[in-house]
Amino acid sequence: MSKPTDLVQGTLDMLILKILALQPLNGWAISQRLKQISSDVLGVSDGSLYPALHKLEHRGWIRAQWKSSENNRRAKFYSLTPVGRKQLAEETANWNRVSAAISGIVQLKEA
Amino acid sequence: MKIEQWIYSLPLRWHSFFHPREVEQEIKEELCAHLEQQINQNIAKGMSDEEARRSAMRSMAGLAQIEQRCSDARGGSVVQDFVQDLRYSFRQLRRSPGFSALAILCLILGIGANAAVFSWVEGILFRPYPLVAHQERLFAVAGMVEGKRIDGLSWPDFLDLRRNCTLCQDAFVTTIRGSTLNIGDHAEVTTGSIVSANYFDAIGVRPILGRGFEAGEDVGNDSHPVVVISYDMWRNRFKGDPEIIGKTQRLNNVPHTIIGVAPEGFFGTFIGRAMQFWVPASMEETFDGGGYKLEDRSARWIESYVRLKPGITRAQAQQQISTIAARLQKTYPATNRGRGISIWPLWQTPFNHARTMGPTLEVMVVVVAFVLLIACANVGNLLLVRSFVRRHEMSVRLALGASRRRLLRQLLTEGLILAALGTAGGFLMAFWCRGLLVMLLPKGKSMYLPGALDGRVMAMSVGLCLLVTLVIGLIPALQTRHLDVAGPLKAESGGLVGRSRSRIRSGLVVLQVCLSFILLVGAALLLESLQRIRSTSPGFSTTRVAVTGVSLVAAGYDAPRAKAFQNELIDRLNRVPGIESVAFAATTPLGYICCSSSPIAVDGYQPSPDEQPEVEYNQVGPGYLATLGIPLLSGREFARSDDENAPLVAIVNRTMMMRYWRGQDPIGRRLQVKNRSLRVVGVAADSKYESMAETPQPFFYVPLQQDFVIEPDLNIRTTQSLQSTLATVLREVHALDPNLPLYEMITLQEQVNRATSSSLVAVTLVSTLGGLALLLAAVGLYGVMSYSVAQSTRELGLRMALGADARSLLRLVISRGLRLTTGGVILGAIAALALTRLLGQLLYNVSPRDPLVFGAALVTMAVITVSACLLPAWRASRTDPARVLRD
Repeated sequence: MSKPTDLVQGTLDMLILKILALQPLNGWAISQRLKQISSDVLGVSDGSLYPALHKLEHRGWIRAQWKSSENNRRAKFYSLTPVGRKQLAEETANWNRVSAAISGIVQLKEA
Repeated sequence: MKIEQWIYSLPLRWHSFFHPREVEQEIKEELCAHLEQQINQNIAKGMSDEEARRSAMRSMAGLAQIEQRCSDARGGSVVQDFVQDLRYSFRQLRRSPGFSALAILCLILGIGANAAVFSWVEGILFRPYPLVAHQERLFAVAGMVEGKRIDGLSWPDFLDLRRNCTLCQDAFVTTIRGSTLNIGDHAEVTTGSIVSANYFDAIGVRPILGRGFEAGEDVGNDSHPVVVISYDMWRNRFKGDPEIIGKTQRLNNVPHTIIGVAPEGFFGTFIGRAMQFWVPASMEETFDGGGYKLEDRSARWIESYVRLKPGITRAQAQQQISTIAARLQKTYPATNRGRGISIWPLWQTPFNHARTMGPTLEVMVVVVAFVLLIACANVGNLLLVRSFVRRHEMSVRLALGASRRRLLRQLLTEGLILAALGTAGGFLMAFWCRGLLVMLLPKGKSMYLPGALDGRVMAMSVGLCLLVTLVIGLIPALQTRHLDVAGPLKAESGGLVGRSRSRIRSGLVVLQVCLSFILLVGAALLLESLQRIRSTSPGFSTTRVAVTGVSLVAAGYDAPRAKAFQNELIDRLNRVPGIESVAFAATTPLGYICCSSSPIAVDGYQPSPDEQPEVEYNQVGPGYLATLGIPLLSGREFARSDDENAPLVAIVNRTMMMRYWRGQDPIGRRLQVKNRSLRVVGVAADSKYESMAETPQPFFYVPLQQDFVIEPDLNIRTTQSLQSTLATVLREVHALDPNLPLYEMITLQEQVNRATSSSLVAVTLVSTLGGLALLLAAVGLYGVMSYSVAQSTRELGLRMALGADARSLLRLVISRGLRLTTGGVILGAIAALALTRLLGQLLYNVSPRDPLVFGAALVTMAVITVSACLLPAWRASRTDPARVLRD
């Protein structure tokens, strides 16, 4: 149904943190940004976005505030906490290491 | 999580926990806002309203599940879920009160029985002595004759042991003795201990008033008349007198100075009895009579304990003690040849009630474990039935987005509630059952019952509760594993019994039948054994013979005075109409203290090199055999003329004649006893001496007047009732000396009953629990059968429509039940063959594999099975084919 692929499962948290590192956003805006940035390749469904947001909030990496949005409706805006920023740095470093290693392997020429 | 994370996380959890509704609302609002924006965007892209809505909803497929996952992601909900589960479970359990009551009752019985038995085991076998320090390092010390028979220790042997045992931290003596307590002008019999001077220091108990004994107070003959009294005695007899220290109390008519009061809750170190006083070993003769024994290596009157140093094992200590005993054998061959010393853990103490209760309790532990298992299987089965009924509910919850983990948690919560209620009830039951233990002990005053429901018992019960929760929660969970969301929703009505479910259910029934068959066999074996013990003739008549004693030692009688008194009393009683005969004897058969024993030598009997023939004997007055109704096979009884001036004589029993004279007539032959030469004048039939379960033993009698005891037991053969006999004896005794108290008067039948009471209790307990288990198993079987009948109404109706009559349906259902039982019985029989050996010590003249018993158990099981199946089978035979097929 709304289960993201395994690759995304592992990295969805990092993507969200990265997006929020730029500016506080509400859920819908985050989903738009995800689609925009990844040009729909990752296929993050909206269904898995919200549980992920709540999980991150509960881990203390992001925090939420209810504010009125542009059309004067209450919306929940998420922003990165200092702990979240550290976590993002860690995960990014980790990601770079792993993806470098993997691409190194993938680019090996077959003999 | 890291601490910084908690700073953000904690307030959130707090919020989710206390305002769950608000949080839920917020999640809804957030998701709605998202949908709305999506719809707006879709419209902006040019979709129609309807299309925009549908597309937005598609992108958020399973809205309810997303909500659930969001709230699952908010970890603070663990407690909240639990509370919710708890409420829900309570509602579920209240909805089916019959089921809940039955399940809880099963668990109460299972857990309660376990808690009670555990408290007994702990209180009697492992930590039997309240207030005594480090009981795990205490070991009982006993003398061993030729490596098999258990005997006491002599004081000199004890001193040598204490001096030389470097692995022992302490060694102390505590020998139980009765005493007459003189209060004002009357006397009363009470129980106390003769102890070594280090007693209170060694066990780590400090008197609350005064002091314990000092070194040296256990040396000499009657040289230190001091006594420490129990808290109970101080409170009741002395009204808690704060000035008690230094006052005197007459014990056995000897004034003793009270030097201390033991703390409350200290009962001494003898399982099953509360000691009332403690006196030093130097006062031994006052309580025992029969001469000064502290320097006599052949007088084995001591019961003692050692406390091992920390880290020393029983085997190490035993090795050292055996070396000491071997040295004693070499140094003192006359008294110590063939004698070893052994140490025993407290639960195997050879000289108190641990010995009689230990084997019973061991069996009880196994039995209650079985009962608990059966109860769990039963509750599991009940839950399975219910889980089928609730299949629909479960599927709906799954479909609505509950995770399987959440469902499992729900089932475990229900299990927990049942188990917790069962444990609470079981604990209450155990509390009431503590008193049952009294029955294990011979009746008498100053009983003390170990078996407190302390922290350890509590911890064990809670452990059991958790275990039970897991078991009964997981049984139905095993089955929701196979639950798929769509299945039950599609097929509304039952009839499709999952294979795995019926396999679990059948497995549980087989387990129950198996376990209850084992218990049934065990109970039947014990019952058979008790029957044999009770129907075995003790070799003396039990109904018309009463036994009592006159407290002569306490009244200060010396041997000549006692002798004169005894003869005169016999003469007086013999003149009373209704009394057929009377005789004194040093000991009464089957009593706590059995007979003396002595090395013997017989002309013409050559003992093997390491054998020292030793035979037990009793000192009896004229007419003793006739009074007790022990047949005289040949020769004559003792007469008044067999006194200290006459030639020494003896009567031997049949077994002794067969062993030492090889069956030839021993009359007129010589018997060497303790270096004295006796002439055999008679042969008596065998009878029971120490216990009803013993095999025939060699035994002999000597005249009381030639081996005098100041305070023998008085046996009376009478046609009168016990009451009037007591009155008669009291009248005649007081005619001779108005100050003499009489001991309790009982019939020999009562003596036999007391001696067999522990087997009676074992049988009662095991058969009660066995019956209980059987009942539980029957309920389980009934449940399975009626359930499967209910499930297969369609099949049964079809059979009927095709011409099967009610009888054949009845047979069909019953044979299904029997098939389940057969499996259980076969497994049970195999296990029982292996397990009943554990009963070994409790069985008398019954083989643990007695085919008759196994047969009887089989028949009982079959009857129970058939009756459990009867009602469901009858219901099946009443199936209306037309209705079933129409439905």
